[in-house]
Amino acid sequence: MKPNPPKPKPNPPARGRSTLGWWYTATGKARERKLWGTAIGIGAALLFPLVNSALGLGWEAKSIPITLFIVLALGLNVVVGFAGLLDLGYAAFFAIGAYTMAFLTSTVSPIGFVREGNHVNFFLAMFVSAGVAAVFGVLLGAPTLRLRGDYLAIVTLGFGEIVPLVIKNTPEITKGTQGMNPIGYPEVPGFANDIVAQVTGAPIRFAIDPIPWYYLIVAVLMLSVLITARLRTSRVGRAWAAMREDEVAAASMGINLVSTKLFAFALGASFSGFAGSVWASYLQVIAPEQFDFSVSIFVLCMIILGGLGNIGGVIAGGLLLGFVDRVLFDWINGFVHGIGSAIGNEDLRLMDVSRSRQLIFGIALVAMMLLRPEGLFPSARVRAELHAAEEDEGAVEQERAVLVDIER
Amino acid sequence: MIGITNGAFIALIALGYTLVYGIIELINFAHGDLFMLGTFVCLSTLTLLGFSTEVGTTGTPWFALLLAMIAAMIFCGVLNVLAERIAYRPLRRAPRLAPLISAIGVSFVFVNIGLFWQGPTPQRFPDLLPQYDFVSQLFGFTTLIRFTFKDLFVLSLAIPLMLGLAWVIRSTRMGKAMRAVAQDSEMAQQMGIDVNRVIAFTFLLGGVLAGAASLMYGLYNNNTVFTLGFTAGLKAFTAAVLGGIGNVNGAALGGFVLGLLAALTVTYAGGQWENVGVFSLLVIILVFKPTGLLGQETGEKA
Repeated sequence: MKPNPPKPKPNPPARGRSTLGWWYTATGKARERKLWGTAIGIGAALLFPLVNSALGLGWEAKSIPITLFIVLALGLNVVVGFAGLLDLGYAAFFAIGAYTMAFLTSTVSPIGFVREGNHVNFFLAMFVSAGVAAVFGVLLGAPTLRLRGDYLAIVTLGFGEIVPLVIKNTPEITKGTQGMNPIGYPEVPGFANDIVAQVTGAPIRFAIDPIPWYYLIVAVLMLSVLITARLRTSRVGRAWAAMREDEVAAASMGINLVSTKLFAFALGASFSGFAGSVWASYLQVIAPEQFDFSVSIFVLCMIILGGLGNIGGVIAGGLLLGFVDRVLFDWINGFVHGIGSAIGNEDLRLMDVSRSRQLIFGIALVAMMLLRPEGLFPSARVRAELHAAEEDEGAVEQERAVLVDIER
Repeated sequence: MIGITNGAFIALIALGYTLVYGIIELINFAHGDLFMLGTFVCLSTLTLLGFSTEVGTTGTPWFALLLAMIAAMIFCGVLNVLAERIAYRPLRRAPRLAPLISAIGVSFVFVNIGLFWQGPTPQRFPDLLPQYDFVSQLFGFTTLIRFTFKDLFVLSLAIPLMLGLAWVIRSTRMGKAMRAVAQDSEMAQQMGIDVNRVIAFTFLLGGVLAGAASLMYGLYNNNTVFTLGFTAGLKAFTAAVLGGIGNVNGAALGGFVLGLLAALTVTYAGGQWENVGVFSLLVIILVFKPTGLLGQETGEKA
């Protein structure tokens, strides 16, 4: 460890900020685009169930996991995209969040007090889960973040493998492979339920209706977007960017590398725990197999496909991958099975295309890295970073990118 | 003894990690899966030669084993070079994360090749070596510690391979070039070394060792499955870190130490805790001695 240079006094914000906050980092056309994008995004998210039922798509059950995975992707984006730390065990924190929720609300909880029916309020448990996941993030991150990035990747990979194993091997606490079931539902306070019942004609019933779940998760998503967007341009967000681009330079500018990294890591973990707690309650049954390595990779694919470091890009990437995974594979399967039964080919009729999803993701990862490492919708800064090396006037390009980034 | 013998495969795989890391500072995620594909190649070769079924009916078919090993070595070597060519070389100058992510992608592709090749169920590997326990045969009693013919077989293959590798690195022209590239690739290039060729050769060496390890693993443990590569890779990487990553002697030593520790975990805590033990070891090393047993200072390099 290098000795930390004395901390400089925090700078007063150079530009005036209004309540609009993060849009203010952009100016002119860029800000207008951003505003419209956000407005359309929120509108689409809120109106989706209506459109869905109007068109009879039947996607409400599919939209919930997709939205939830976007929350995961946003959290991982803080770690990988903002701070440049490769975390391959993200699903472990997802599992920790889910099991915390189960411990606090399930009737099969190992905590006697909870088992006797005194389950913790769902919304409180959500935040506790996020906190527990963050604590694990710190515990894991503290020893490894002092080392170079590759070690973190491998340690998180190992952690991601170990957490499900430990859960599997301790059935007396976690019920092992059998899984924990049931898990508490969110309770809506009576008066709020009355209002909703007045407006929509029916009270909120989380147990049987996916729509309240959808809105709950969209609310979580919006909160996540708001937090990450605000963080990106905050003091610590700028420190992450500086650190990602050049650790030595960042350290010499007075950034405490370890605590800055640790904060990113813990924050990412808490997002994952948050999402995990909702996921547990939504599914009502959790088992260690749900949190294996492929989940971490799936989320990683989302942010790489969409564009590291760019919130809009991550959401778009998440939507795209979620759509491919949950909807398109079903269609292709149906299509292939249809051909199979039409021409009487038993293999085709029973083939499961989604079995090869890992293969497709693997190829996609390599192809993205080779062809468009900045993702489909990159942030200007990451794009410049990834292409600077191949161009002769790399330095100029990077400078230009920083300017663009400030402009936005 | 199981510990030391398992340590030998781990050491051979760990050498592949450490060679690649030493030269281009990339953790080759796909290496464990390469090893897994190697076991499948051995299995297929043996099946092709008609030794798929059961034990000792005809004695040990040494020639077939040799052929299977050569096939796996060539296959893994070439595949590793191909992967390097396609997925890592274009990213040589990209930021560190890019080749790492690319390697994860390659690893997924390998796993799925394995899945399509042999299916999701564990495959039985023919038990072709004689069952012969030196301790009980020579001294006439059975002890907990056994030294079987299989152990002898694995060790007598693995140790010469490691010595051979050490010789290649120390005494050949290519080995000298490898060391030069590992130290400073740009400078090596200026001195007229074809860096790309040297790196490709390193991947070839790593792959060949993984191929050899795969035959030993198959014959020793008599089974293989498409997910084998993940745990094997994790163990081997831990071994490489334990010995000091980038250090060839360290990786070999780390492999044996790790094999012993894994065997102890299995004996005293139960088989399901093996990976937990290995991983905890990795974290403990990283906390207390990140340079490993024989490593030199790499520290907090950006």
